[in-house]
Amino acid sequence: MSKIFPKSANALPLQIVIFLFVLGGVAAAGITYYATPAYLRVGYQPVQPVPFDHSLHAGQLGMDCRYCHASVEKSATSSVPAAQTCMNCHSIIKPQSPLLEVVRQSYQTGDPVPWVKIHQNPDYVYFNHSVHVARGVSCVECHGKVNEMVTVQQAKPHSMSWCLDCHRNPAPRLRAPGDVYNLDSPTLAEQGKLAQAQGYIHDWKVNAPTSCSGCHR
Amino acid sequence: MRYAYYTLAFVVVLLISVMGTRGLLSTRPPIQVFPDMDHQAKYKPQASSKFFADGRADRPIPAGTVPFGRNARQADPAFLGADEFHYAGKAADGSFARGFPVAVTQDLLAQGQGRYQIYCAPCHGTLGDGNGITKAYGMLVTPTYHDDRLRGLAEGEIFNTITHGKNTMMPYADKLSPDERWAVVAYVRALQRAHHATLDDVPAELRGGLK
Repeated sequence: MSKIFPKSANALPLQIVIFLFVLGGVAAAGITYYATPAYLRVGYQPVQPVPFDHSLHAGQLGMDCRYCHASVEKSATSSVPAAQTCMNCHSIIKPQSPLLEVVRQSYQTGDPVPWVKIHQNPDYVYFNHSVHVARGVSCVECHGKVNEMVTVQQAKPHSMSWCLDCHRNPAPRLRAPGDVYNLDSPTLAEQGKLAQAQGYIHDWKVNAPTSCSGCHR
Repeated sequence: MRYAYYTLAFVVVLLISVMGTRGLLSTRPPIQVFPDMDHQAKYKPQASSKFFADGRADRPIPAGTVPFGRNARQADPAFLGADEFHYAGKAADGSFARGFPVAVTQDLLAQGQGRYQIYCAPCHGTLGDGNGITKAYGMLVTPTYHDDRLRGLAEGEIFNTITHGKNTMMPYADKLSPDERWAVVAYVRALQRAHHATLDDVPAELRGGLK
């Protein structure tokens, strides 16, 4: 009786098992890299109805974030400004600009400007802006250097593990109270003042929750 | 077996070519791999609504609404905004009141300074001289605080101007609570006083540094 399989086939089962491991490893690496918010969300830069330039207003003109996002210190939500906020200046400055037509329409009719939301937390996440900015977490920690963005894009993944990175060890990311809205400022740790940040954690009772109910209800 | 690895390598190269790397810009909404309960049938602040005619989930405040959540067991002049001085800057006879309904403290001035620099300085300038950043872009009508007319205004009128706006200045009542407005008024007064200060206003022990 002749041989059905050549002798080299003896090694085949082992080779197939090894290949399946390699395949599994490559698949796991691909999913980890591509199927997470760090790939899926970062870089989302929708076309807005008005080409508002943050690098001009917040960067070059030096306007404070809170001039427009006025509720950030007082409420869970950092409000998107009403059209009147734009018109505070743009009733005089560039009052005829075609780029601002949507804003003028909104101001006259009361219909909202259809801004596209970029940072979209899942509906089961109860993020509170005011507690974060009041405890030395700067805008830049979650939103990146918006003061340098011509068109705003999502700069950080906003995944749960990313939240927990800071919640488990907030000290290196804290800023002094006066620097929270200065997006170019270094953190206390970057200034070599980590001890001061740890002092804030004690004094301000920074108690970043890592339990489920801290952020989910 | 060798061909299986070749195929795998080809697929990996193909995938990376198509998918790119992290951080690439895209105008398309993010793909959700696991939608879970990310989008629930509820309204979030400033969201849109198909139910209400104006398309907004946020409802405008109906006329006659009173603030909720104050401590009703204590007498509170702020309740219903009944205190004309505190909430409208008006005296009993309807004219603009002079003085402050709140205690002017160092903390109030510090708060006023912070608010001023956010909301007022873009036009009125950090010194209150009307030379804010907007002047360079065409906002030419911003007055200086340091002429006699504005120095002579009643505090209540400054409060009223912040609340309701005046001429080309729009209302700031949506950005500044009544107490914050009084803090800003106090800081404006401080700016005016500082602008017209003489050496005699400086404490004697600090004068040496100014000469």
